[in-house]
Amino acid sequence: MKKKNLMAACALMLMAAAGIVWAADHIDAPAVSSTSADITDYYAFQSPDNNDNMVFVCNVQGLLDPAATQAASFDENVLIEFNIDNDGDNVEDLVIQAIVKDGELSVYGPVAPTVTGVQSEIVTTGTVSTAAVTPYGSAPVIGTENGMKVFAGPRDDPFFMDFAQFGEILAGNATGFNDPGSDTFAGTNVLSIVVEVPKSQLGTAATLGTWVEAKRKL
Amino acid sequence: MKTIKFLAFVGLLLSLTLLTSCKDDDPMILPEPADMYTLEDQMGRPAINTVFVTSAEKDDFNQTIPSEQGAAFATKFQNQLLALNAGYTTNALGMDAATFTGALATDVLTVATSGTTTFFDGTNVLTGRRLADDVISVELLLIFGGPNGMENPGLTDDHVDANDKAFLTTFPYLASPH
Repeated sequence: MKKKNLMAACALMLMAAAGIVWAADHIDAPAVSSTSADITDYYAFQSPDNNDNMVFVCNVQGLLDPAATQAASFDENVLIEFNIDNDGDNVEDLVIQAIVKDGELSVYGPVAPTVTGVQSEIVTTGTVSTAAVTPYGSAPVIGTENGMKVFAGPRDDPFFMDFAQFGEILAGNATGFNDPGSDTFAGTNVLSIVVEVPKSQLGTAATLGTWVEAKRKL
Repeated sequence: MKTIKFLAFVGLLLSLTLLTSCKDDDPMILPEPADMYTLEDQMGRPAINTVFVTSAEKDDFNQTIPSEQGAAFATKFQNQLLALNAGYTTNALGMDAATFTGALATDVLTVATSGTTTFFDGTNVLTGRRLADDVISVELLLIFGGPNGMENPGLTDDHVDANDKAFLTTFPYLASPH
């Protein structure tokens, strides 16, 4: 925990020095920085394993060193919601809702939401996929249901950037990046939720509008 | 023994009575209202809130749903772009400042449902985001590189081109933790 705090403190000092934060979405805003609802990254891509499937990844709680990773856990009051817009109005038509209770991940959907926007409720009428949260150091526990695969647990942070040097540039201490640069996120972990879903369950649009949200239980 | 049997009989009677009264007499038990969850953080494309939103408004941006972000933030994004790069004219996608920031202000990641999904691979633009995509260098190039990507050469690539651990070829694709 101390190491995590130190890393967070270093990151905060960098932010202060830079006057701006630039990571993927790590510590992006004061209200969520270093909280259990802080999304660090979002990815959406065709499955490398199966062209008929799409993969959604949401990472939270970044900058975890190995000791902090061992102690880290998903917040059971935080819902991770993947939002999918099929008609270009930037309002979600489908949601995939992921939440951990008692060490088990449950993933609801893809399913039409009962409400859209700032608030959500879990929609239990569609597919429900479950998997035990994978403990640190264990092989991935993969849940399967209705063609879907789901995972929750600590992973290496896939994000890479010379964040430190960018801070130096913005602070006026450097005029450009180094070559080679240094990956500020090397050696750090995140808590990941990964969902693979058949494209046939995501509607018929050629292009999906997608985003991920962390929502806290009221 | 008899006493026990008697007690068991009484217990049975009692539970039957309770069950019956539940069915017939008690007011109907309504289902508990569903738990509601409220927005704290959100993300579409990488680094949007962190780069284009001023410190004072980062929480506001996280609280603004995508369908309302464009109207609320496009002009502010343009100001921030010009603060980062006062010499901005257009970028490698041919977008002037208003067009570029107008597109970015709605923080939604577009994903193609067939074919290559990538943030940018030299051919495909914004058809998704793969784990290995060097999104920061793409964004640096679009912000600082000018119309042909040649301007501000020291600022258009952080020269960190890949992750520190190899990704997996099978689910869950992300590398094991350190």
